Amino acid sequence: MSTKEHAKRIELLQGTLDLLILRTLVLGPAHGHAIAKAIEFRSDDVLQVEQGSLYPALHRLIKRKWISVEGGASENNRRAKFYRLTALGRKQLVLETSKWDKLARAIGRILRPTEEGPS
Amino acid sequence: MKRRERMLQDLEQEIRDHIEMATQDNMDRGMSPEEARYAAVRKFGNVTRVKEDSREVWSVVCLEQLLQDIRFALRMLSKSPGFTAVAMLTLAIGIGGNAAVFSVVNSVLLKPLNYPRSEELVSLHQIAPGAAGLADFENGLLLSPSMYFTYAEQNRTFQSLGVWSTDTANVTGLGDPEQVRTVAVSDGVLQALGTPPGIGRWFSAGDQIPRGPERVMLSYGYWQRRFGGDQAAIGRNILIDSRPREIVGVMPKGFRFIDSDFDVMVPMAFDRGHLILAGFGFHGIARLKPGATIPQANADVARMVGIWMDSWTNGPKSNPHIYETWKITPMIRPLKQEVIGNVNEVLWVVMGTIGLVMFIACANLANLLLVRVESRQQELAVRAALGAGNGRIVRSLLTESVMLGLMGGALGVGLAYAGTQFLLSAGPANLPRLSEITLDTRTLGFTLLLSLLSGLLFGLIPALKYAGPRTSLALRSTGRTIGVSRERHRARNVLVVVQVAMAFVLIVSAGLMIRTFESLRTVEPGFTDGKHLQLMRISIPDSLVAEPERVTRIQNQIVDNLSAIPGVQSAAFASQMPMEGFDSSWDAIYAQDKVYSEDAIPPLRRFKHVSPGFYQTAGTRIIAGRELTWAETYGLRNVVMVSENLAREMWATPSAAVGKRITEYPSMPWREVIGVVQDVREIGVQEKAPEIVYWPPIMENLFGPGPAQAIRTMTFVIRSERAGTENFLNEVSKAVWSANPNLPLASVRTMEDVYEKSVARTSFTLVMLGIAACMALALGIVGIYGVISYMVSQRKREIGIRLALGAQSGDVLSMVLREGAKLALLGVCIGVFAAFGLARLMTSLLFGVTAHDPLTFASVATLLISVTLLACYIPARRSVKVDPMVALRYE
Repeated sequence: MSTKEHAKRIELLQGTLDLLILRTLVLGPAHGHAIAKAIEFRSDDVLQVEQGSLYPALHRLIKRKWISVEGGASENNRRAKFYRLTALGRKQLVLETSKWDKLARAIGRILRPTEEGPS
Repeated sequence: MKRRERMLQDLEQEIRDHIEMATQDNMDRGMSPEEARYAAVRKFGNVTRVKEDSREVWSVVCLEQLLQDIRFALRMLSKSPGFTAVAMLTLAIGIGGNAAVFSVVNSVLLKPLNYPRSEELVSLHQIAPGAAGLADFENGLLLSPSMYFTYAEQNRTFQSLGVWSTDTANVTGLGDPEQVRTVAVSDGVLQALGTPPGIGRWFSAGDQIPRGPERVMLSYGYWQRRFGGDQAAIGRNILIDSRPREIVGVMPKGFRFIDSDFDVMVPMAFDRGHLILAGFGFHGIARLKPGATIPQANADVARMVGIWMDSWTNGPKSNPHIYETWKITPMIRPLKQEVIGNVNEVLWVVMGTIGLVMFIACANLANLLLVRVESRQQELAVRAALGAGNGRIVRSLLTESVMLGLMGGALGVGLAYAGTQFLLSAGPANLPRLSEITLDTRTLGFTLLLSLLSGLLFGLIPALKYAGPRTSLALRSTGRTIGVSRERHRARNVLVVVQVAMAFVLIVSAGLMIRTFESLRTVEPGFTDGKHLQLMRISIPDSLVAEPERVTRIQNQIVDNLSAIPGVQSAAFASQMPMEGFDSSWDAIYAQDKVYSEDAIPPLRRFKHVSPGFYQTAGTRIIAGRELTWAETYGLRNVVMVSENLAREMWATPSAAVGKRITEYPSMPWREVIGVVQDVREIGVQEKAPEIVYWPPIMENLFGPGPAQAIRTMTFVIRSERAGTENFLNEVSKAVWSANPNLPLASVRTMEDVYEKSVARTSFTLVMLGIAACMALALGIVGIYGVISYMVSQRKREIGIRLALGAQSGDVLSMVLREGAKLALLGVCIGVFAAFGLARLMTSLLFGVTAHDPLTFASVATLLISVTLLACYIPARRSVKVDPMVALRYE
């Protein structure tokens, strides 16, 4: 990846990676690489998953019991770890999503006061 | 541990798969396999870091990193065994010394006394500034029996209160006659101390009735020694001073009476009907009521002094309120303070100095570590480049030094144990609570804390010094002796200056003690050649020999027998020898040619009883007049001798005193002064010689009007070259027993022993400070040597160039020496100021020298500077030998 290519990518905000992982796993269990790829793909390659933080994040989520691990076979039939959303994780996702929406709206209002509001 | 390892393996596998998949993706996008793999790895980033971060989610990170750091530190330390050994040894000495001294401070000063709720125990100390002479008492004004009754019955602040005194007694009928240490207690003493008996019972009030049944309690040690710990000892009778006493109880193991070991304890049994106001010869002890404070108790006793004067009398026509002029003032103090006495100053001074040694050791280690860290710049830079954070590196450096501290501390505990054992065997006999000294948990805790703190202290300086982004510089300068920044030099120089300054303070304090000891040695104690003066105490109880003159005859016979032993020059006896430490006796002394007002009591003087020939035997010079004769003794002639200072005080010159007459009571016969003798340092070498009146060994009207009385307990003095040898002592015992076979010999020792004991506090301080000063000096030398040789090795290139450009070796030598001298001088200057302030703290330990003794200061400064210069000279010599070619080729 060249510097130019790098420029249009956005680093994830602190804490948003957890949310994105949870959201990705709604579609079904996936392994680490697939999760990273999914996030990048679904954001049109704008969001760059800092690979160094993916695995620590996964472990953090396991510890909080929001996701669970199970063995499984990857696309090319290799044994791999699959991460699955737990019921607790699903609840957390709803909560986090609404929090995110609120945050995004609030930031939007501040950044572009004219576009929103009842003027 | 197992789970963590499996997790780690899983994680590794997962990351490998991840990278493989990413590579596959990249190849699908059309990259070549190598390119694809490279891109994948690159995108993934620092694998180790990811692994670590993932693991961190699960474990207490700092703990795990700590373990890692510890393992690493141990590896690093074992890689340089020389450095590790030096560092550990330095620390072990420092920490060991501190732990040993702390264990003493802890056992002697900090631990509560070994009695239940001992914080309630007080000693009934009181002073009497109006009673001239009495004010000098080390014990203040002791209590009289009548005072005891008043205080015990009228007080409002004590749970229980009693008086006690120590003495010796002869026990016969249990094998060889034996002199035992006794303590006499009144009702209330055991109740105050509160330690229940091991077996049997305490004294009851019924045992305190005069002419009632005579009872005794034993110490655990005496019970074991004499009765083999037999329970049946209770109820048996033993002969104490030839009178049978029934054993009612044994005190438990480890029980000490205040601070004395005793063999038997007897009840006081005061005859209440015959008590007068006077007789101030008993120590008071009491237990405060819960919640009562010492000021309240003082006020309570002050109130009772008035009641006491109103309730008792000294006999018809005497004025009980004469004691108002004495200004009797209670100064009640915690019993612990009474026990500890004046050693707390010594111990704190020693603790302070040994603490300074620890600081010097830390400074030394910090210096060593600074050098070490510098030589490890490369390693540290590599670690930083591999992703170790700055904090992490500082932490791992600190771990290393703390590890060093702990290992040194462990070694130090061993040293401390050896040290306390040494102290127990060689320590000053008059150190209170010596037997209680142990390495307990508090000492071990202190040692651990000290090890950790010192590790942090000496580790922090190099660690902080390192902390700073110098990565690229260090990496690039592989193998080249780059110039060392001035700033890094400064840290080391400051440390050396501090070391020299602290060493100066310590050596000055040791020097002051040496000077003190010297001046003590020059003091004329009032006797000569103590090594050849054999002493022993012999007591002739009235139950054994009732008639007074017979007592003196037996004593005279003993002297004659002793003088007949081959190698004996002369023998004599006195009620006590100087510095023996027995309670002294005091008399108010009236002179015939002086006028005294009706109510005033003249100053109290110490008095002793001495036999004819005593001064000649002891080596005390007779200044004027002559010595007592046996004829005068047996004739009960009213004669007396006085000390020179008393003669000068009363009659201006010694010769004027001869022929003057004095007495203890104006109503009694006058006694003629027949001789004046040299002043004797009776209380101790450091104390002023007191004025002394010397009575004959037998006299009429001794304690008020009455028939002749003999002094029954005497210290016999034998001058002989053979003093102290076993052979000689056998002959001495035989000589005594041929006069009377029932007389035990007690306190058998030479005058030298007594003298050494009296200066034990000073010699103990001297030895401790001496050790501390030697350690400080050695550490200081090592420190300055290390810095200068490091400087030389760093400046090899510069020196090489200088030499190549034609500098003379002398110039280089003096350049290096100048560097060292600068540090030493600065250190000494700071040290002078510090010592000026600190030496004042030890004023009370000094004798014959001021705390600012210029001679000590000057010689220590000279010593320190010359020694440090010597330490610089060795590396300086090496620098001159630098071959310019070799030095330059290093580049």
